[in-house]
Amino acid sequence: NIEGMNKRDGKSSIRTAPFPSILDAFLMLKHLFLIFQQELDTKHDKYERLVKISRDVTIESKRTIFLLHRMTNVPDPEDVLNDAEVKLDGVRQKIGQIAEELRGEDIFQFHRAFTPGIQEYVEAVSFLHYIRHRSLISLEEINARLVFMRTEKADAKPLGTQVLTFQVTPSDYLLGVADLTGELMRMCISSVGNGDIDTPFQLSQFLRQIHDGFSYIGNTGPYEVSKKLHTLRQSLGKVEDACYTLRVRGSEIPKHMLADVFSSRTTLIDPEEGVV
Amino acid sequence: MSVTEMFSYIQGFLSADQDVREDIRKVVQTLEQTAREILTVLQSVHQPSGFKEIPSKCTKARELFCTVRTQIADLKTKFPVEQYYRFHEHWRFVLQRLAFLAAFVVYLETETLVTREEVAQILGIEVVREKGFHLDVEDYLAGVLIMASELSRLAVNSVTAGDYNRPLRISNFINELDSGFRLLNLKNDPLRKRYDGLKYDVKKIEEVVYDLSIRGLAKEPESVGDK
Repeated sequence: NIEGMNKRDGKSSIRTAPFPSILDAFLMLKHLFLIFQQELDTKHDKYERLVKISRDVTIESKRTIFLLHRMTNVPDPEDVLNDAEVKLDGVRQKIGQIAEELRGEDIFQFHRAFTPGIQEYVEAVSFLHYIRHRSLISLEEINARLVFMRTEKADAKPLGTQVLTFQVTPSDYLLGVADLTGELMRMCISSVGNGDIDTPFQLSQFLRQIHDGFSYIGNTGPYEVSKKLHTLRQSLGKVEDACYTLRVRGSEIPKHMLADVFSSRTTLIDPEEGVV
Repeated sequence: MSVTEMFSYIQGFLSADQDVREDIRKVVQTLEQTAREILTVLQSVHQPSGFKEIPSKCTKARELFCTVRTQIADLKTKFPVEQYYRFHEHWRFVLQRLAFLAAFVVYLETETLVTREEVAQILGIEVVREKGFHLDVEDYLAGVLIMASELSRLAVNSVTAGDYNRPLRISNFINELDSGFRLLNLKNDPLRKRYDGLKYDVKKIEEVVYDLSIRGLAKEPESVGDK
């Protein structure tokens, strides 16, 4: 609105180069800020898309974990494991979408958007891996399965296949494994309730190794690790107590009461009560 | 790979990461020192005596920016260029300060808003991320907002020093800046909070202009060419 501007000034102002008038300077500034607006909007939109995908990853990963916990009460455990694998394939597809969004970007600019989902995925996939193999899945093995093929097209002509990867960072891996220990602890308690008295001892040894690993890392890791270390110690304590109780009292307690024995860390049972 | 081996590998990674951050911290400290020196030079424009020496202050500040360029060149060597945002938090504060100081110098010299490109040039860095160590648009904007606060203070001190026209020019400038910022769709983040402070700067300067105009002390904003 040129008339408006001139009325406001009363007279035109002369500036030294580069701006011939205040109006030009103002329009230049407006133009600059419109560019900033665009840049910021684009970044925020991408961030939001990543948050949404990450939420989906979290939900499906959590559901996979619940599914795996149900395995002990089921006639055909192999079915459950296969279902879980299928679910995790779906999660991997979602992570492929994350990789797609991050193409050409500095991944750390958006890391906070998707780290919760990735940690949950690590938890789920390492849980499944432990159930199958009784070992800890490595970061390399996780990343090996996060390779995606994308067919590039332009004007409906295929340009070729591009390989897209997603790399879980060591720090996200660490946090996911920290959360895994909580699920392993639950698995221990429920396996005892089902009369499985071997799993707790295996788990105890495994968890101890993980705990020692975290102690070795100390606070050189991300600060969230230090927070999770506390929960990890509690989980390990519960599992160790379960093993102790099984060792000392296992033969005295009827199977159907075993679960009650381990439901709380401070439970003490009068030996006479336990005998049927 | 056993559990122990896995954690050993991770520990190695984390340890290396810590070393890089330590290196970065050391360079950032030197940058902060230089930034303080530049600020000391420029702060003096708020005093009546410093007022007349604005051009020489700007020259001195520009000389110190040479040191900044050297230090930033050093900083660039401390980490892989494509991991800028992995370590960004370490230099975010000082970069915003430097952006403010660059914007302030340019304002004192030309009474215009420094562009992002000019700031990047003064600091010896890029504007576009893909080209290398760059100035993030949010850090640039934060620097500009810090300058706005400085200008509201300058408006007040100009009057004290006897310059009754500068506040009017500052007022026009800040109002334009404000209308520019209004075009942005900001999220509830630190930049937004900083922007919220701009309205107090606007108000403060308006009060100065009002005080001058009701006393008939203010003339029409004179052309910058006259100076």
